[in-house]
Amino acid sequence: MERSEAELIAAVLQGDAASFEPLVQKYSPRVFATARRYARRESEVEDIAQEVWLKAFEKLKSFRGEAPFEHWLMRMTVRTCYDFLRGHQRNRESSFSDLTESESDWLQKFVTAPENASDMADAAKLLVGRVLEKLSPSARLVITLLEIEDRSVKEIAEITGWSVPLVKVRAFRARAEMRKIISKMGKDQYL
Amino acid sequence: MNVTELHRKLIAAARAGAPDDRVPYAFEKRIMALIPAIPRTNSAALWVRGLWQAALSCAAVALLCGAWSFFSPASNSSDDLSQNLETTLLASVDQSDQAQ
Repeated sequence: MERSEAELIAAVLQGDAASFEPLVQKYSPRVFATARRYARRESEVEDIAQEVWLKAFEKLKSFRGEAPFEHWLMRMTVRTCYDFLRGHQRNRESSFSDLTESESDWLQKFVTAPENASDMADAAKLLVGRVLEKLSPSARLVITLLEIEDRSVKEIAEITGWSVPLVKVRAFRARAEMRKIISKMGKDQYL
Repeated sequence: MNVTELHRKLIAAARAGAPDDRVPYAFEKRIMALIPAIPRTNSAALWVRGLWQAALSCAAVALLCGAWSFFSPASNSSDDLSQNLETTLLASVDQSDQAQ
């Protein structure tokens, strides 16, 4: 008979570490999907996921069972991703002069006829990845949660541990930072 | 270039592409292999270890002080010190006696 999540967690807390494995199996896809929003290299994604699960095992005692385990785990995942971003602030100062041909073409298409530049194009997805990489860690986190994952300010406050006013301030600054980076991208390409 | 429109398009592009949720083969086995390596935090053990360390440090300091007082050259200053202490403590009494 398959054991419930609460039973598995209780067993782990009583010292049966093997009961942790079904939890890892069940929730790893979500952990990996979240980690891939913040890290590009597969080795980095795996490192983040591994760190999340080891932290989850270590801190399982602090899980009170008031909210679903998945919420608790996703909060830990997002915080680990944020720590990763803060520790890997590379490429932020580089220019946009090394765009690929397809990315340049898409940008050119947007400049000449914005309605023809599809947001479903792979080049657009690559471009947004480049822009996100140049954002500061907090700005990237806020833009990802608020604009890409469409979460509410209150949810973001719960996930990140920031206050609601702080999330609002950071969201305002993040949008401004992103617009600045986008206009820099335009200048690097056309000036 | 319309920055606001480009911002909107790029965010739409990011939203359109949900990230891959693929998990590497036997990832859970890897995690389970790493778990025994995590030291389990036992608060009682931490307290006991801390108290032992404190006790050993105190014993070391006491031994050093004992050795220092034992091996340091003897002097008559201890008599002077006790005399000085007595004089200082009784100074107010002496003054009041003299005043009467």
